[in-house]
Amino acid sequence: MITVMRHELNMQDRSFSTYLFGFFLLETVGIAAMIYNINNKLANFEYCLSTISLVFVLIIPIITMKSIAEERKLRTDQLLYSLPLSMWDIVLGKFFATLVNFMLPIVFVAVYPILFKRYGNVYLLTSYGSLIAFIFLGAALIAVGMFISSLTENQGIAAGISAVVIALNYYSMDLANYTSSTKQGSLIVLILFALIAGVIVWRLTKTALGGIIAAAVLAGAAGIVYAIKSDLFEGLVPKVMSRLSLFNRFYAFVNGNFDVTAIVYYISVTVFFLFLCVQSLEKRRYN
Amino acid sequence: MVEVSHLTKKYGDFTAVSDLSFTIEDGLIYGFLGPNGAGKSTTMNIMTGCLSATEGEVVIDGHDIFEDAKEAKKCIGYLPEIPPLYPDLTPVEYLEFVARAKGVKAKDLDEQIADVMEQTGLTVYANRLIKNLSKGYKQRVGIAQAIIGYPSLIILDEPTVGLDPKQIIEIRNLIKNLGKKHTVVLSSHILSEVQAICDRVMIISRGKMVAFDAPDNLESLMMGEASIEVKANCGRDVIEPVIAKMDFVTGYDITEENGTCTATLRTAETDRQKVQGDMFRIFGENAVPVFQMTPVKASLEDVFVELTVGSSEAYEAEMEAEKEEEAEE
Repeated sequence: MITVMRHELNMQDRSFSTYLFGFFLLETVGIAAMIYNINNKLANFEYCLSTISLVFVLIIPIITMKSIAEERKLRTDQLLYSLPLSMWDIVLGKFFATLVNFMLPIVFVAVYPILFKRYGNVYLLTSYGSLIAFIFLGAALIAVGMFISSLTENQGIAAGISAVVIALNYYSMDLANYTSSTKQGSLIVLILFALIAGVIVWRLTKTALGGIIAAAVLAGAAGIVYAIKSDLFEGLVPKVMSRLSLFNRFYAFVNGNFDVTAIVYYISVTVFFLFLCVQSLEKRRYN
Repeated sequence: MVEVSHLTKKYGDFTAVSDLSFTIEDGLIYGFLGPNGAGKSTTMNIMTGCLSATEGEVVIDGHDIFEDAKEAKKCIGYLPEIPPLYPDLTPVEYLEFVARAKGVKAKDLDEQIADVMEQTGLTVYANRLIKNLSKGYKQRVGIAQAIIGYPSLIILDEPTVGLDPKQIIEIRNLIKNLGKKHTVVLSSHILSEVQAICDRVMIISRGKMVAFDAPDNLESLMMGEASIEVKANCGRDVIEPVIAKMDFVTGYDITEENGTCTATLRTAETDRQKVQGDMFRIFGENAVPVFQMTPVKASLEDVFVELTVGSSEAYEAEMEAEKEEEAEE
């Protein structure tokens, strides 16, 4: 893993996109800090972070789009497969290298609260608590971006899909208000998801029967639960959507509440998507 | 030592490799030969763990490539069809990464990289970015990557494709040298190449092995009935009665052109030298002005064409039969 990480850092440090990433991150934090903290004389650095969190939509695709898509395009994935490395070595090595490059601009940002402290009453605990949450949020989004990069060999497509996914997640709270909150609406959405799951199973296993069975079992389960206890379905879709939002949990930190469950959630999302990334790499040997 | 048993790879309905079994012994150079799409690369990709098999197993030095992948891969150096290079690195940086991944100890690192670059003639370009190297040198970096860490088995997929003749000769010499210390498996669709460097030839067609032997044996395989070509400065009417006197000749063809005739004589005798001596004596006694006598040797090319064309014709016939069956249904 260390070998892959060292190699990946070496590669990323001569890639223009890494510097572009750092530039965008520092620039947006800088502008936000200037507006909030300097011009408007606010002592809350954390507001800065919450305002700029939308920048992830732009910068995460920049730093993750190449990650695995590029290996596929250059055919260097064959080298990685033939070397005595496990898939986890490769994925974790890449992930931690990207995380290091994500943290480098954060080191500069981490100086801001101390600087502001000299001129006013800055809540350091809230500021740094938010910064830590910002890092974990970034790590989770990096894992999502890496997984998306592992699905294609075109980094442009990887970047586009990542941006859309992150934007949808960012706005999922707002979108949740527009979804149906009735029982029937929830049931329909669940059945749709069962069908999508069926299609995925069918594509992965290449057996239509498996897909039909998976879809039928999931849709059947949803139907049975609906028949027995339909109250559970009341407002289910908006609830799930707001639960899945990574950004929503971040605002708790900004409000001065160090939410450990949110950190656990970020770590779980990170591990889950890295796991999917490993599976995606493994799967490519099986087609 | 590598043992491949009952290897099968299917892509949907298409069978790329079908029930392939062979054993590779230490210290020899093996050549995989086959027309394009015969399953050479697929087999090599499976042997190196880059691809899964539908059925069958590959055991390298006692380690199964699927079950015990890490240990098995430590014994292998692999150059895929397209050299897997990072264009933004220099050969030294690239080889350093590969060497570390193969578990080369930090203290041996510099020495090994220098040695491998020396062997592949890369020393001059050690610090130039790979993307600025010519195709031949990129190929060398790919080969250097396969030999670093000194694995016991080196697998090279079409190592000389796209190189100029001088580079081809250099790479062939390099492979011959590698064969002294390592077991080498290379694939090619160029016959002369395999004939020039390999100790064993494996001919694959449509995912099936059609021959596996030393190149010389494969040639003699074709020589059930040897033929000798004789050119003489006389007419057909002079040479024909003389040939009739040779009781060891089983058949002949004669062509005549500008007062010179060319006769191809076939014989079932196995002692070629004796046959040619006798022929020469009889021609001499009958005053036939023979000026050239050449034994016609079946080349590996003939073996190849015979074996692969045969099997592809059989395959097409099979497909045809299947279609007919379907039509009947």
